[in-house]
Amino acid sequence: MEIAIVKYNAGNIQSVLYALERIGAAAIVTDDFELLRRADKVIFPGVGEASSAMRYLRERKLDQVLKELQQPVLGICLGMQLMCAYSEENSTECLGIFDEKVKSFNQLKLQEAVTDTEINRFKIPQIGWNTISSLKTDLFDSIAENSYCYFVHGYYAALGEDTIATTDYLAPYSSGLHKKNYYGVQFHPEKSATVGEKILRNFIEKI
Amino acid sequence: MLTKRIIPCLDIKDGRTVKGTNFVDLRDAGDPVELGRLYASQGADELVFLDITATVEKRKTLSELVNRISHQINIPFTVGGGISSVEDVKILLQNGADKISINTAAFKRPALLSELEKEFGSQCVVLAIDARMEEDGEWYVYLNGGRTKTDRTCTDWAEEAVSLGAGEILLTSMNHDGTKQGFALDITRALSTRLPVPVIASGGGGRMEHFLDVFQQANADAALAASIFHFKEVAIPDLKNYLFQEGIPVRIG
Repeated sequence: MEIAIVKYNAGNIQSVLYALERIGAAAIVTDDFELLRRADKVIFPGVGEASSAMRYLRERKLDQVLKELQQPVLGICLGMQLMCAYSEENSTECLGIFDEKVKSFNQLKLQEAVTDTEINRFKIPQIGWNTISSLKTDLFDSIAENSYCYFVHGYYAALGEDTIATTDYLAPYSSGLHKKNYYGVQFHPEKSATVGEKILRNFIEKI
Repeated sequence: MLTKRIIPCLDIKDGRTVKGTNFVDLRDAGDPVELGRLYASQGADELVFLDITATVEKRKTLSELVNRISHQINIPFTVGGGISSVEDVKILLQNGADKISINTAAFKRPALLSELEKEFGSQCVVLAIDARMEEDGEWYVYLNGGRTKTDRTCTDWAEEAVSLGAGEILLTSMNHDGTKQGFALDITRALSTRLPVPVIASGGGGRMEHFLDVFQQANADAALAASIFHFKEVAIPDLKNYLFQEGIPVRIG
């Protein structure tokens, strides 16, 4: 089993590598087109800002490679958001693998017109452990509804046809997406204790 | 629902955990990686590793320790102590740290916060503030591990820091730290209400009720403690069960 982690200008790529090592799965971190195409599984992680990440991917033509992968691909956090159609984070056209759009929690907070006393009850970015529910696909095999996962994000993917997991913060949104061979999770399985390890294991063994 | 976080803090000196009372009188409480892994298995939501001597001794890299931690621990962790440049942060993040906490260096050069936000995103920039309430009733910022007083008030500095790019505030009350008499509820509530980013309360947690108070009365997003966990005065599973029974959203199981 060859697992390739996409190397690009985003943070926390090492954390994914170490998490895979902890569950006994070796992986390589690479931006080599052939190594990515040849791998059995590809993980597209990342913490960072959408427009600079997309610019980096386009400049290196990694965007095309990512869009044409045939094997199972798992996007994590920013990786998942970049696989969506569009992000409100600096008005960024993304890869368009998923049809969903990525929106701003700050905008949502304004729209919700929460009262003054509540205004800072919802901190942005959302940082911490929240539940995932309405779980679909084998990515969540043996994962209980309302399991806790670790989230750190200021933008969120709206609910849509590709939604395979839902989380609620200000409003329900997609914490998991799936279309064809592509999967994405908004939370960090590499930091989500044993639940996260099980999800990574599912991606490697069951997808 | 997003849960309130319980964060054990491991103060590091010479690769070992220590915890002082009011930042003096250090005691040894074991290997940071082993202890961190134990806390993770008990349900800690995050860990903070602070090299408490670093600001004074100018010790830079915790990178080897950070690398060991990130290989062995499956929950997020923050690293702080003597961090003063984008390059320092890059090394720690590359070795697997999820966030870095910055204190004196940001106060002395606030632009550092913007630089870090631009380079890595605000989600990994935790601003630590050591504050003390003086006789005039104001909370003032202290630097260098609590040794140096400044004329800046805590809320004033916190607001500027957030506007520059801090994604989270770690507030330690020097009046309460080490006393085990409860967290500083007023200043925690003031920051938590005013700031759009999460506030981690630190200093004074001695009993389970103190954690309930800081979540319920002061709206803290997370609470941090050290010695009560290190010396098994409060067990994390008991604490979380207690908070859950009291209606606080916490991650259990």
